[in-house]
Amino acid sequence: MNGGHDLGGMHGLGPIDPEPEADEPVFHHDWEKRVFALTLATSALGQWSIDMGRHARERQHPADYLRHTYYENWLAGLEKLVVERGLVSADELAAGSTSGPADEAVRQRVLQAADVTGALAKRGSYEVAVDAPPRFAVGDRVRAINRHPSGHTREPRYVRGRVGVVHEHYGAHVFPDRSAAGQREGRHLYSVRFAAEELWGESAVPASAVYADLWEDYLEPAG
Amino acid sequence: MSGDHRHDDHARTEPPSEVALRVKALESLLIDKGLVDPAALDALIEIYEHKVGPHHGARVVARAWSDPSFKQWLLRDASAAIASMGYTGRQGEHMRVVENTPTVHNLVVCTLCSCYPWPVLGLPPVWYKSPPYRSRAVADPRGVLAEFGTELPDDVEIRVWDSTSEVRFLVLPERPAGTDGLSEEELAQLVSRNAMIGVERVKAPGEGAPAR
Repeated sequence: MNGGHDLGGMHGLGPIDPEPEADEPVFHHDWEKRVFALTLATSALGQWSIDMGRHARERQHPADYLRHTYYENWLAGLEKLVVERGLVSADELAAGSTSGPADEAVRQRVLQAADVTGALAKRGSYEVAVDAPPRFAVGDRVRAINRHPSGHTREPRYVRGRVGVVHEHYGAHVFPDRSAAGQREGRHLYSVRFAAEELWGESAVPASAVYADLWEDYLEPAG
Repeated sequence: MSGDHRHDDHARTEPPSEVALRVKALESLLIDKGLVDPAALDALIEIYEHKVGPHHGARVVARAWSDPSFKQWLLRDASAAIASMGYTGRQGEHMRVVENTPTVHNLVVCTLCSCYPWPVLGLPPVWYKSPPYRSRAVADPRGVLAEFGTELPDDVEIRVWDSTSEVRFLVLPERPAGTDGLSEEELAQLVSRNAMIGVERVKAPGEGAPAR
């Protein structure tokens, strides 16, 4: 979706104004810690994928997405997910009180304190075996297809229609556009290098390039 | 830009109490439903607030500077090389390390959200997640670097890595001059988080090392 989250190349958002590295705390408020931990803990329930999580944060009015702080967007996403996935009802969320315990099958999966360290250290993978051979090879010229799906996608607007060169083939990874709709499917994934002039025309910064990771469905041969 | 509006005013002042109340209500509800173990929440916060952080990535960098065979492994198969040091898990499943040289400088961003290599850098700073950085890193990397006080010669190529997949990037900064005699542990002390994102260079001893 062409939402408020797709920010590459946008103007007018002000200076970066970083806090000095040595002074910046990991969290700035106690409630941020709780939102962060609630998001990780509930993800262990297996009711949504990482892409469904991202899409829940993106599906806000762009003005809200940009106005909110980072963890406010996490909260907005989590409130949406727990209701949409039926973990709590909209009435329960509005009332702030439960009408009964969650399904036993889901409660079996609750992340216990004793399991946190092991769960976090686990070596996961987003690779998915696919039968189809990769369509592109390192060095191929490819064009990022000019597509504007209304659902979740990880093809940023600023590369659409632009030509780049395949830098690496990563193998096949979970395809976000389908994953956000609840389907775990693999597609070949590539790192594609775009020259700054191709992306930004006469505004390009000299001697620079952008590498974006793009799934095969986002690409076509550029000859 | 007038500079009058600071994007993160919000982050540095007390939030509307409405937000804190909403979080508390959601947490209570999920606990009452039996969906969350409150002790697990505390354990998660403890790990990401105090255990995981850029000191991990700094050790990876220091080892690469000290051990050429480790560096080769890191550039060839970063996931395995980093896992060998015990840094694995969420948001670090598929790692790539990109090397700065006298002619190439790398910079990492996530224009679509906030993807960041948690096992080696911890959670990202506010600026990395903020719209100003996410919008400009890909279009004006030299301007962004200048805001961090980093000036590069015009002929140094800048490569910006937009983390649009589950692959995560760590910058291997250039080892500063005058560090030949330093141990791996001493070298790690020089490596800042910002250098591993690519917005700064690693400073030589005496130029001002990160406080960690």
